[in-house]
Amino acid sequence: MSSIGTGYDLSASQFSPDGRVFQVEYAQKAVENSGTVIGLRGKDGIVIAVEKLVTSKLYEAGANKRIFNIDHHVGMAVSGLISDARQIAETARSEAASYRGQYGVGIPLKYLNERVSMYMHAYTLYSALRPYGCAVILSAYEAEGPAMYMIDPSGVSYGYYGCAVGKAKQSAKTEIEKLKLSDMTCKDLVKEAARIIYLVHDELKDKQFELEMSWVGAHTNGKHERVPSDVKTEAEAKARQAIDEDSDSDTEDM
Amino acid sequence: MAMLNEYSGRNLPDYEFEAVKKVHFSPYADNGGSVIALAGDDFCIIAGDTRLSSGFSIYTREQQKLFPLSNTTVLGCSGCWCDTLTLTRILSARMQMYKHEHHKEMSTPAAAQMLSTMLYYKRFFPYYVSNMLAGLDENGKGCVYSYDPIGHCERSNYRAGGSAGALLQPLLDNQVGYKNQEGVDPTPLSQERALSIIKDVFISAAERDIYTGDGISIKIITKDGVKNESFSLRKD
Amino acid sequence: MAFMTKGDWYNSQAFWQNGPAPGAIYNFPGNTAQSESNGFQRSQAPITTGTSVLGLHYKDGVVIAADVLGSYGSLAKYRNCERLMKVNDNIILGAGGDFADFQYIKNIIEQKILEEECLDDGFSLKPKSLHCWLTRVMYNRRSKFDPFWNNFIIAGMDDDKPFMGTVDKLGTAYADPVITTGYGAYMATPLLRKAYEDNKEMTKEEALQHIHKSMQVLFYRDARSFPKYHVGIINKDGIEIKGPLTLESNWEVANM
Repeated sequence: MSSIGTGYDLSASQFSPDGRVFQVEYAQKAVENSGTVIGLRGKDGIVIAVEKLVTSKLYEAGANKRIFNIDHHVGMAVSGLISDARQIAETARSEAASYRGQYGVGIPLKYLNERVSMYMHAYTLYSALRPYGCAVILSAYEAEGPAMYMIDPSGVSYGYYGCAVGKAKQSAKTEIEKLKLSDMTCKDLVKEAARIIYLVHDELKDKQFELEMSWVGAHTNGKHERVPSDVKTEAEAKARQAIDEDSDSDTEDM
Repeated sequence: MAMLNEYSGRNLPDYEFEAVKKVHFSPYADNGGSVIALAGDDFCIIAGDTRLSSGFSIYTREQQKLFPLSNTTVLGCSGCWCDTLTLTRILSARMQMYKHEHHKEMSTPAAAQMLSTMLYYKRFFPYYVSNMLAGLDENGKGCVYSYDPIGHCERSNYRAGGSAGALLQPLLDNQVGYKNQEGVDPTPLSQERALSIIKDVFISAAERDIYTGDGISIKIITKDGVKNESFSLRKD
Repeated sequence: MAFMTKGDWYNSQAFWQNGPAPGAIYNFPGNTAQSESNGFQRSQAPITTGTSVLGLHYKDGVVIAADVLGSYGSLAKYRNCERLMKVNDNIILGAGGDFADFQYIKNIIEQKILEEECLDDGFSLKPKSLHCWLTRVMYNRRSKFDPFWNNFIIAGMDDDKPFMGTVDKLGTAYADPVITTGYGAYMATPLLRKAYEDNKEMTKEEALQHIHKSMQVLFYRDARSFPKYHVGIINKDGIEIKGPLTLESNWEVANM
């Protein structure tokens, strides 16, 4: 970035001469430093998995969750600054509650995505504000089938079949692209999601992590829930096994 | 023509029905109940019946109307139950705030003054509650404070309040205050006598007042703390 | 939800001062706060109403019941109004009085439960807490001279003990093993109180029998009642709302 240090990176309300908003790009950097989050959209639902990095053994297990419930039918996973993310989750909840209060049904994910994107985008417009340092994945299972969106700090969002964000998003994306997502059920996706997170986790740089997983789909009656501990444990065991086998074959090759 | 006009409002008899009525709303209810408190030299007894009622219905036969505010203070309430609930909740919050700010419990006279202020604060939309505060003062002597709904407060040694208050006060005047008696020398009230007077007096109240009955709960406040007792009354 | 007035998302508050509200456009620093209208109408009368709600403790739980009629004055207008609400896995709420007020409060409670689920901390609302909260809601509205015209019965398990409490439009609240509202207070209370005094450890089936009998008595005498009702059963295994059950009745005596 050649224009860094030229003064155009101090505020979100000013473009640089080559047409960039540096504050937003820095916010995206903040996301890239965070643990990997992936979302997989299968034929009957969506599974999200989070590599929650644990920086100290002294922390309580299960604290600082990175997957939130937004409404009965909507889940949100976040990568980036957790405190920023909580504020976005609150905003999303208010939007969902407002919609439910007015129309008596759950908010369609397309609409919620629009609202939350607008909210995050608003923080990229003013000199007095700092953009949100996180990207969020929204998931829901609706009458038309599963839906998933990802919003980045700039407020840009897309619908996805499979998405990844955070530290190892590149290798995670490569893995996701190998999957035949449209044929897969949530049961399969859980195993794949766990495997990918274990695969892309960098043991040298980040010692410990906790795997967080949630799903929403036909089998949960459209309700967003954490993956039950027995299913998750099984998927994690399978993931570890796959990684071990992989590294075994690597050594054979050598 | 005149006939037609007269019946013009009644030309669809099949579809006529009673319209929704405007109903009068009163924010108050009289839920009855009586409270009595007697103070002795080193104790104080407060008793309240346990019937909660409205009109000719008994809501419940076991409603506690005595609220311990501290180790030496008990409040007895009767009247509008929803106001009682609100008032006692705010009171106990205020008692706790005092405790945290001053690192000690509020004395009974202080609580009595605070209650008066809280009632007067709602002078123009009062808590419709007749309150009776019983406890020990700074010298360890029994004290009874009675109130009207808007905060008038008076300290005395014996008092009856609530739905049977007017029935019972003259009885207490005579039995505890030795009023209108000749040739008796007043002896200080003992705990045993206070207790038996309270029981007798409530039995009488239950005979005459339909809003008092079912049972009484009694709290005996001494320097050692609060002791609970209960006693059955007629349930009709 | 720190910045949203709980329970009133029809008029959601702004996210921050002078900021946008949920459902509004995110453009600040523009002032999007709408001015609140000064004139207001107080609901001074119930419109579509439900009649009695009955509740009874049994050995290891509570049963409550309410019929399905929504009356419009004396007109039996709506014949399929469920007045029992499942709040969560151990609370049932039964409502009598104004049906619109009940539906409004139902929405608020559902949102409250949703917010609690979002917290994801494994705790859930207890019946005593809901009872206390509803008391405050009802009392605050009566203090504004704009009451919710309802009688509620809250039944559930509080730490494995059966709990049943009630709140009326003033905020008068109490808990008891036998609670009835509306006309039931005059006709069903004596029956249920006697049943309870005779056997405080009755079985679920016996309790349901007593409730059924009381609903039948009410159907014969309460002109705003209906021969179909829901019954809610709460015990430590969870809750169940059954119905609509039908009351059999014999109107032979009504023939000329």
